[in-house]
Amino acid sequence: MNIVVCLKQVPDTETQIKIGPDNKSIVTDDIKWVINPYDEFGVEEALQLKEKFGGEVTVVGMGPKRVTESIRTALAMGADKGILITDDALEGSDSLATAKALAAVLKDLEYDLIFTGQRGVDDDMGVVGPALAELLGIPNLSLIVKVEAAEDGKSVKVNRPVEGETLVIESSLPALITAQKGLNEPRYASLPGIMKAKKKPLEEKTLGDLGLDAAQFGEGARKLKILEMTPPPERAAGKIVEGETPQEKAAELAKLLHEEAKVF
Amino acid sequence: MAEGVWTIAEQREGEFRKITYEIVSEGRRLADALGQELTVVLLGSNIKDKAAELGHYGAEHVQVADDPRLEKCTTDAYVSVISQLVKANDPAVLLLGASVEGKDLSARLAGKLDVAMAQDCTEFTIEDGNLVAVRPIYAGKAYTKVAFENSMPQLVTARPNVMSIAEPDTSRSAQIIDADFSLDDGDLKTKVVDVIRDESGKIDLTEADKIVSGGRGMKGPENYNILEELADTIGGTVGASRSAVDAGWRPHSDQVGQTGKVVSPNLYVACGISGAIQHLAGMSTSKVIVAINKDEDAPIFQKADYGVVADLFDVVPALTEEAKKLQ
Ligand SMILES: Cc1cc2nc3c(=O)[nH]c(=O)nc-3n(C[C@H](O)[C@H](O)[C@H](O)COP(=O)(O)OP(=O)(O)OC[C@H]3O[C@@H](n4cnc5c(N)ncnc54)[C@H](O)[C@@H]3O)c2cc1C
Ligand SMILES: Nc1ncnc2c1ncn2[C@@H]1O[C@H](COP(=O)(O)O)[C@@H](O)[C@H]1O
Repeated sequence: MNIVVCLKQVPDTETQIKIGPDNKSIVTDDIKWVINPYDEFGVEEALQLKEKFGGEVTVVGMGPKRVTESIRTALAMGADKGILITDDALEGSDSLATAKALAAVLKDLEYDLIFTGQRGVDDDMGVVGPALAELLGIPNLSLIVKVEAAEDGKSVKVNRPVEGETLVIESSLPALITAQKGLNEPRYASLPGIMKAKKKPLEEKTLGDLGLDAAQFGEGARKLKILEMTPPPERAAGKIVEGETPQEKAAELAKLLHEEAKVF
Repeated sequence: MAEGVWTIAEQREGEFRKITYEIVSEGRRLADALGQELTVVLLGSNIKDKAAELGHYGAEHVQVADDPRLEKCTTDAYVSVISQLVKANDPAVLLLGASVEGKDLSARLAGKLDVAMAQDCTEFTIEDGNLVAVRPIYAGKAYTKVAFENSMPQLVTARPNVMSIAEPDTSRSAQIIDADFSLDDGDLKTKVVDVIRDESGKIDLTEADKIVSGGRGMKGPENYNILEELADTIGGTVGASRSAVDAGWRPHSDQVGQTGKVVSPNLYVACGISGAIQHLAGMSTSKVIVAINKDEDAPIFQKADYGVVADLFDVVPALTEEAKKLQ
């Protein structure tokens, strides 16, 4: 079973986000870049399926050169090869353009399954996965917490929790799955894994290599325009609830929630 | 020229979900601001008799796609139908709920219609005849205002629990239309083969009006009963921090935060949660935040409207008693 995992590099979740002087972007100095946590679930699931069915796991990332490091991490976890789409003209691409660039690489690969994360923890979009599946003309299964591949490797059965219930869905392959927390516990890269990863193939491709027109990508081609970025609205300073005993505090809190906040 | 506001209703077993009323109400407001009409698309099986109610919330038209193959939402069937209707009618705005279902349908529609989209928005306005949306990014650590260019329909989803629901007006009624679509069985690659119901009847965190969350300070899974009791008394749902989930005390679906659920309830009560940046990111759009923590320096107090510095094992049961008196 050949599997492709799409990998996005995002700021570490510890990052305090600061808005840049243009009020349209964030300050990226001092950011520690990591694999999008949901993509780690994708890598792990791909590796588990490979262990069972054989085949190859390819990691595809799009972004600046620094993304190489995250792809190497996935290779150290056990993926077989990496592809980095990198081109200055890609800078600032929106979700749709990103899906198009990824589709251009994927159409030349052999795959049974594609994993993406359910959303990037940066822009919180969750658009690239389903849009990519549409561009490739394959079904997508979103927010999946369990994957069972049929013995013949020709179909999958997945669990998709929606509010209040879980749908069990069967799909033919190839298909694209977006990974949700609960799917698995991603492994750490081992030391021998890290050594091996250094020798694994990691290819770089530009828009030209993919036969794509640079004018369709990047900031200038965005169909979703960013008008402004702002810090979150300030919350007014809170109250510390007074009282001699925990019981008094509870009573005071209940009173405040009832009379002042009107939520109790 | 593209015209009209379209929303997609969400139903489960013939009952509208709350998000449906939210987006239909918001769709009405946007349609008024544009001076245009509101159309709701209703997909399902044996669903037509539900359509009239949408008129009370301001829909001028309801397009009903009634087909046994639409009984359960699958991406391939639903997207096929919606995209056929959108292409034939050319609306200016296409609004879905940012529910599990709506997020997925809209993302795939973006690919199918070759348009941009803005996911999980918390505010919409019309400026110079165009839709402008506000959406939290980095799980609420920043906000961005976005608009569309060369991209019709303007495709957006609205975060659950944010858009206010209009008072239904039974004197209003909608034109009910049998939607014109075709479905080719050969195109349907996915099938719902089973539904596992959550017997607890628990309301999903993203839709809950009140949430009582417990973190590592709960000390163990057995102690969550005091949170369940408080939640039951006030009509809320129990959530958790990642530490509690990773410890195996609570299911993954209970996690609130940057890598869990992003929630916007009217009341969020954080018990024994320190307030790590990833947790705060997921709940800071809650309307009223209460923190109960014995460490007065815990960062959660910086976000809390009401802070109680005390042992949660004393405060929570006492608070439940107080809440019972108020019921
Ligand atoms: C990639 C990544 C993603 C993450 N995503 C998330 C996420 O989505 N959601 C999330 O929650 N976390 C997330 N985290 C984890 C986060 O960094 C914190 O570790 C976690 O939120 C801490 O959980 P906690 O507040 O329950 O535990 P702690 O930080 O250990 O806090 C426990 C609190 O309980 C208080 N306490 C203890 N006993 C009592 C008592 N008897 N009465 C009152 N108070 C008491 C203590 O004073 C303390 O403040 C993520 C981390 C990483 C690295
Ligand atoms: N630049 C990118 N390179 C590779 N994969 C991406 C990229 N952007 C998004 N993805 C994939 O799509 C998922 C959802 O991202 P997004 O739609 O940006 O929230 C991510 O978890 C990745 O799997």
